[in-house]
Amino acid sequence: MTEAKAPAKRAGRKVELDPRLAAYQGVWVFVEHERGQAHSVSWELMGEGRKLADQLGVPLSGVVMGAPGEDTRRFCHEAFRYGADRCYLMEDPVLADYRNQPFTQGLTELVNAHQPEILLLGATTLGRDLAGSVATTLQTGLTADCTELNIDPENRSLAASRPTFGGSLLCTILTLNYRPQMATVRPRVMPMASYDESRSGPIIEQPLHLIETDIVTKVLDYIPDNRQDRPQLPFADIIVSGGRGLKSPENFQLVWDLARVLGAEVGASRPVVQAGWVELDRQVGQSGKTVRPKLYIAAGISGAVQHRVGMEGADVIIAINNDPNAPIFDFATYGIVGNALQVLPALTEAFRQHLAVARKAG
Amino acid sequence: MHIVVCIKQVPDSSQIRVHPVTNTIMRQGVPAVVNPYDLFALEEALRLKDTYGAQVTVLCMGPPPAEAALRKAISFGADDAILVTDRAFAGSDTLATSFALASAIGQIGRNMAVDLVFCGKQTIDGDTAQVGPGIAKRLDLQLLTYVSQVDRVDTERREIVVQRRAEGGVQVLQTRLPCLITMLEGTNEMRFASQAGMFRAARHPVRVWDKAAAGIEDVAKIGLKGSPTVVSKVFAPQPKASKAEQIKCESNAPKDLAVTLIAKLFTQHPALESAISAGTTGSI
Repeated sequence: MTEAKAPAKRAGRKVELDPRLAAYQGVWVFVEHERGQAHSVSWELMGEGRKLADQLGVPLSGVVMGAPGEDTRRFCHEAFRYGADRCYLMEDPVLADYRNQPFTQGLTELVNAHQPEILLLGATTLGRDLAGSVATTLQTGLTADCTELNIDPENRSLAASRPTFGGSLLCTILTLNYRPQMATVRPRVMPMASYDESRSGPIIEQPLHLIETDIVTKVLDYIPDNRQDRPQLPFADIIVSGGRGLKSPENFQLVWDLARVLGAEVGASRPVVQAGWVELDRQVGQSGKTVRPKLYIAAGISGAVQHRVGMEGADVIIAINNDPNAPIFDFATYGIVGNALQVLPALTEAFRQHLAVARKAG
Repeated sequence: MHIVVCIKQVPDSSQIRVHPVTNTIMRQGVPAVVNPYDLFALEEALRLKDTYGAQVTVLCMGPPPAEAALRKAISFGADDAILVTDRAFAGSDTLATSFALASAIGQIGRNMAVDLVFCGKQTIDGDTAQVGPGIAKRLDLQLLTYVSQVDRVDTERREIVVQRRAEGGVQVLQTRLPCLITMLEGTNEMRFASQAGMFRAARHPVRVWDKAAAGIEDVAKIGLKGSPTVVSKVFAPQPKASKAEQIKCESNAPKDLAVTLIAKLFTQHPALESAISAGTTGSI
């Protein structure tokens, strides 16, 4: 037996992967669905998973769990079109509604049977519930709410970055000697994967040996949200947001005015929500919603990290702020240094005229 | 009914300080409070105590000063408090933390069986929401996360009905005791501590458990050793390569700035114009 001593790159940290764990290969994305609809975060993760799988040179797989029927097959085919090479499908009547016990058991069995090295889930109420449970049953590492995923070239492990301490800094977390490496990502943090109608792949089925009487928790009822009542910020194409620079709740009306002309949703920064000018559902940022609109107009918002991580995925950002050194100008597309109370009504009027002319011409 | 509420003491401010060598968070000098999300869990437990009668034990893992968080909980009406503290816990991630807390709950249950465990939705410092599910799995408790309301508890039949926030709606779930509930924020309002409660809190003997008292034998499962995840670096967000293009015009009047911006916007991003027109129907 030879004792070749490799130079330790990180003191006290084992870099070589246990041979037992080297058998874990491939990237998995859990495809979340509810009431016949796949959650878009699954396809956002599929794009990210594709990138990781290509870097590692391994296949990308979707994982679909649900009651037998057309929907689960449809989600598998959608997973292929969004980039999966293959799909693992677990169908059972007990998986009709999400419940922790059967989903945890099912996903744990799938992982143990097929041994992926990376498993990604959406940081939704379902994804967080399931990920936290499965990581415990598998006794492995899980990093929540990642904003960036990469492969560490040094040891081929998943480098998962996330905001730390209220979003003032970011940190990168590794899971070195445990597999699979698990991570969750909040909806709208990653862009959607590209869709290719022609893509297809094999579906690998695995049964779940559970019967309804084995399951302790029962779903008595499901009360869907009235979608009309709640702002749908995460999926809005255009968002007009206001911050503390608007000075008073009355002035916030200027944001609503511009939003109406643009057919936009209204967002807000944390101080404005805390002051009660607008409802909690409209808060954009680390402790609020993450948005990816085509156009984001920020009026009187300084652009602190906490707000930035919630909206920097916008295609175009227009920032209006009277402080030329406000951090928002560091990452906006267009900046107007000026008083938002004057610029907002001017923009509202200019957009109104432009759109009226365009409509006549069209 | 015996209810255990897990609470955590967290730094009050977002004033983050990170140890330059170990990249772990330095807690010294930052004022500490009870994790705000945990207060919704505690209040819900106290309400069940009011309605059904219960013994409420609060459990906290942390350094010795975390005792203050437990005294706070006593002042609100909790009956007993246990602080699990040991140098061996340093560097624990969520997996190691849930192991330690589950062991401690196991020890608590030896004197009086535990029917319900409450946790907050997540903490404001870690923000992972992983410890609650971890404890439930380790103790084989039914897990109910993001609970917005406890509808009823049937202590005879040992059943509980709750409302759970799901992505597109609310699930009404029925399960058997014992179970673990993570409570959604904004679902109740923390009561005020009575004067008697505050006196009681000051005098109450908080039980302090080290790892042995918490029933932990395998030290490979706690602290850095028991933590699969490692923080490899902490960093500030990257500034973008290019700054915002400043919109300027001769007059610099708001009206002219607006017109200049819109012309530039729709020239450089023509798709936006159709996106906006599509979103605005009817007269404007």
